[in-house]
Amino acid sequence: MKSLLKMTWIEAKLFLREPVGAFFTLIFPLMMLFLFGSIYGNVPTQYFGGRGTVDISVPAYVAMIIATTSLVGLTITMAAYREKGVLRRLRTTPVSPLVVLAAQVIVLFLMTSLGMLLLIVAGKLVYQMRFDGDAMSVIIGFILCCLSFFALGFVLAGLMPTARTAQVVGMVLLYPMLFLSGAGFPRELLPESILKISRFLPLTYVVTLLRGLWIGDSWSQHLTEVLVLLGMLVLGVILSVKTFRWE
Amino acid sequence: MDSVVKVEGLRKAYQSTIAVDEISFEVREGEIFGMVGPNGAGKTTTIECLEGLRKPDKGQVSVLGVDPQHDGHFLHSHTGMQLQQSNLPERMKVWEALDLYSSFYPQSIDWEELLEQLGLDEKRNAPFAKLSGGQKQRLFIALALLPDPELIFLDELTTGLDPQARHAIWDLVREVRLKGKTILLTTHYMEEAECLCDRVAILDHGRIVALDSPVELIRKFGGEERITFSVDQTLPPEFEDSIHQIGELEMQGERIMVEGATGQASFVYDVVSLLAKHNLRFRNLRTEQPTLEDVFLKLTGREMKD
Repeated sequence: MKSLLKMTWIEAKLFLREPVGAFFTLIFPLMMLFLFGSIYGNVPTQYFGGRGTVDISVPAYVAMIIATTSLVGLTITMAAYREKGVLRRLRTTPVSPLVVLAAQVIVLFLMTSLGMLLLIVAGKLVYQMRFDGDAMSVIIGFILCCLSFFALGFVLAGLMPTARTAQVVGMVLLYPMLFLSGAGFPRELLPESILKISRFLPLTYVVTLLRGLWIGDSWSQHLTEVLVLLGMLVLGVILSVKTFRWE
Repeated sequence: MDSVVKVEGLRKAYQSTIAVDEISFEVREGEIFGMVGPNGAGKTTTIECLEGLRKPDKGQVSVLGVDPQHDGHFLHSHTGMQLQQSNLPERMKVWEALDLYSSFYPQSIDWEELLEQLGLDEKRNAPFAKLSGGQKQRLFIALALLPDPELIFLDELTTGLDPQARHAIWDLVREVRLKGKTILLTTHYMEEAECLCDRVAILDHGRIVALDSPVELIRKFGGEERITFSVDQTLPPEFEDSIHQIGELEMQGERIMVEGATGQASFVYDVVSLLAKHNLRFRNLRTEQPTLEDVFLKLTGREMKD
């Protein structure tokens, strides 16, 4: 327990010392919010079901943060730790690999939550963002989305031979997904043909679930998303245990 | 004296290459035991089998009385390990690494003291990536010492360090031994093995070709000790006659060389007294002892250089 606390604390500091990771988790989503907020404002429109751009963008940007921390942050960190022998050094101590993984999960979860919190505060203060959801449901949905994407990140980290390939593959998966899933900009702007593709992207389910819960949808309206994400989580955990390598 | 490490018939192959070919040895309590040999001789594979990082194909391995493959947790709690290829996160600070690693052990020694002993006090806030090679190795030694281990593994500790940093690390290793720890190290610097180790196993192509104290190895396999000097006058024939009973005489210009068998306790004395007896005023007298490099050459027919 002592080692988990220490490792979590140090990993959190390391996360914040890494400018690129901290930027994309905490600052970049805010920049997007202010950019599109300043262009479109937050005036309710029929186009977004009576909501403004900011109202529907905040949950989508939360999905963007989740995808970025998992597919880029987590994957590169773990692949680099393995490649450089950080894990190897840990392996010669009595510390359990679970502690190493748990510390990563906790830190990324906290940082993703912090990113979400910044978006909510900025949305509320600057654009009077509307929130009609049940806070508890949103938190539970958020946790589910985080965990299933972290699991995906661990699988990817286990499969990638080097930090460099992890970075490339992570980016290649992330960027198209950001645009096609409705995380980077509203899905309402995408043509029908693209929406067909987006059904095969895991991030789409995160965006749909978070946007839905955000406006007060009930869980029963989102059983598909919940099942897909739960399936991803279970499969991801099994696969990441199988693909985990110390070196 | 008890054995801390016991290895019998250890064998490990990677695909078709046999890295370690049925080697056996013991490491005794309190000694510095060295495995030396060129790159690819099987040193690191052997040490990694002892550390529990690799599974031997065949043979018995016992470290602190346990099998590293089955009691990894016990082993990692009671030994200190410095690995050939390992790192810390680039932005982790020196004190953070020590603080973190000390939380892994049920009982660890005060890392603040270690920081001072290893001369890392000034660097406590430096990120790992900014440390010099020698400082990184000192930090790794500190991490290895945290659990107050009975046995410490040091794999290629000074590879890539400049001579000054290397000597500083040697002093450190000697200090650690004075605290009663057993040390098993690998190196491909023969000089390092000679200076540090109580006993040395010379490895080549996965086998131990010799195992003894450096002094004994040199005495047995090192070849000849050599004395060179200059004299101003020509050597009297009587001198040459007598010197043949001590060793072989060779002349290169005005430099005179006498080679005798190693381990002849009075070789230098004999040569010098003979010079004095014939009233020869010698200058620049130098003695050259064979080194472990010579031992390796003798045993394998090859130079140690990679």
